[in-house]
Amino acid sequence: MTNMLDQVFVLLKHRIVGLVPMPVQPILGAVLSVVAILAVFPGLFAISVLLERKGLGRMQNRIGPNRVGPLGVLQPVADGIKALIKEDLVPYSADHVVHFLAPVVLVVVVFMGYAVLPMGRNMTFVPMDAGLLFYFAMGASAELSIFMAGWSSRNKYSLLGAMRAVAQMISYEVPLLLSSVVIVMMTGSLSLDKIVEVQNQYTWGLPHWFVFTPMGFAAFVMFAIAATAETNRSPFDLPEGESELVAGYFTEYSGFKFAEFFLGEYVAMLSISGLGATLFLGGWSAPLEILNVVPSWFWFFAKIMVWICFYIWMRGTFPRLRQDQLMNFAWKFVLPMTLLNLLVAGLWRFMGEGWLRWVVCSAILLAAYVLGGRIGMRSKKFGPRSYRYAE
Amino acid sequence: MLGEGLLKGLGETARNFAGSFVSKERLTTVQYPEEREPLPEASRAFPFLVYDGADWEAGLRCVACQICEKECPPKCIYIEKSKDKKPDYVGKPQIYPAKFDIDISVCMSCQICVEVCPFEAIKMDNQFELATDDRFGGLLYDRKELARSNEYYHKIHPTEAAEVDARLAEEKAKAEEKAKAVAAAAAAKAAPAMAAKPAEGAQPQ
Ligand code: SF4
Ligand code: SF4
Repeated sequence: MTNMLDQVFVLLKHRIVGLVPMPVQPILGAVLSVVAILAVFPGLFAISVLLERKGLGRMQNRIGPNRVGPLGVLQPVADGIKALIKEDLVPYSADHVVHFLAPVVLVVVVFMGYAVLPMGRNMTFVPMDAGLLFYFAMGASAELSIFMAGWSSRNKYSLLGAMRAVAQMISYEVPLLLSSVVIVMMTGSLSLDKIVEVQNQYTWGLPHWFVFTPMGFAAFVMFAIAATAETNRSPFDLPEGESELVAGYFTEYSGFKFAEFFLGEYVAMLSISGLGATLFLGGWSAPLEILNVVPSWFWFFAKIMVWICFYIWMRGTFPRLRQDQLMNFAWKFVLPMTLLNLLVAGLWRFMGEGWLRWVVCSAILLAAYVLGGRIGMRSKKFGPRSYRYAE
Repeated sequence: MLGEGLLKGLGETARNFAGSFVSKERLTTVQYPEEREPLPEASRAFPFLVYDGADWEAGLRCVACQICEKECPPKCIYIEKSKDKKPDYVGKPQIYPAKFDIDISVCMSCQICVEVCPFEAIKMDNQFELATDDRFGGLLYDRKELARSNEYYHKIHPTEAAEVDARLAEEKAKAEEKAKAVAAAAAAKAAPAMAAKPAEGAQPQ
């Protein structure tokens, strides 16, 4: 019964695909998977927007949207309709083709990332051997679309926003990749299915998630930071800093194209949360062995939503960074830490089984963190700023 | 240590998040159209014209001196003087505005018209729900739409209106005294033929 429930989507797909003649079956299968992804993630997008607006409101002691439908739950629908019926304005001097293509490219590449994410047992759309690589290739293309948007708008705010976005995303791509490499070193595979498989084991009922190892935890923290920066989320939302850049690279977008950027941003957030969950939090594996009765896809989506809630919590808490703080933090702290983390991962491998490697690896990472943090704070690289003339 | 402040901040927002569900005092939001907070007395939106008595047309204090029209920074007041005259609150015959329009889509609520009016004829209203679907005619108020009774003025700005009333009463008393003095002087002169003119003007309404 649990197995039935666990595989319900897989079985459903097989049943539907079985209805058509043999040569059409692979195509129909692909179409079904695509349709499922295109239906589920925008749905989650709507839920996370609502959660965000409600949650941020509560953090600021407000109520949040409560007009449309009971408790305001239909707010995303209203927002969607509003975005659809708004006039689509294109600036006169904009590069029309590129201006049109930018949001399309963003949405396409963002959805492509989902192709390799294992969303449940046997629920990977394309079980690719180099899935992680594919994912990062797709993620990096989002930068292209952002720069297209900023460049084609012929607006200085858009351009500044796009330049900031590209600088930031390229800087944080490095730690993002390097912190995932630790996982690749530990599993010896680039396939996301394999990575989940390795984590889906239990000792004393506890899972073998990578976040529970010293370098896994360090990589997890740095991955979370880099992922936040990659998706331009607060506190790294400089590319769309409202107070200085109107809306950053999508200043000149309105109506449905604006909605596409909005969708792209949230869907990218969901997908990078999914990747983070897959790499560090065991993907679709249950947090306790006895909880395996709950279907695997539930755990995957639950982990994504928890991650999203954390994003919202951060947005409600932290003020926006300054550009130099952002860059210093990426290159002078996160990057050296990820490199050290790679060394520690190697050390872990060669020290063999036993408690010693736990102690040594944790000690190295902790010492580096404390030391690096202290030096960084003292040199005002990312600590509080000292004002010479003001105050 | 690096990151300590971040955790503290996260704790703070978490406390607020949880607290807003537990204690009602935290949520200060007023659900506007259903619930309203009383407006502070000094709140102002757009000007209106004050009238005394029951008939708005007869009671308008404005004498069409056009000072406000000239002073209004965005020039949103339009006044046409009347040809005839009507008595004002002290009974002196005055011209009155045959037309008095304010385009509130242009008005910037600066209250300069109120400051400059020597006749306490124009005051600030606190009515702010003026949305209309006719953005040209609907926001151009003529003198009928602008006219509000002195009682209404008392209701929205009690302190200010009381001061204004005291001042007007004083002026009126002074004017009456002066008129009486003039009348007395005229009587003392006892010139039978020319007694009519000033006495007529001094007649209280
Ligand atoms: S409040 Fe200011 S802008 Fe409005 S009518 Fe009076 S003087 Fe003009
Ligand atoms: S409102 Fe006052 S200032 Fe304006 S025309 Fe009338 S009397 Fe003169």
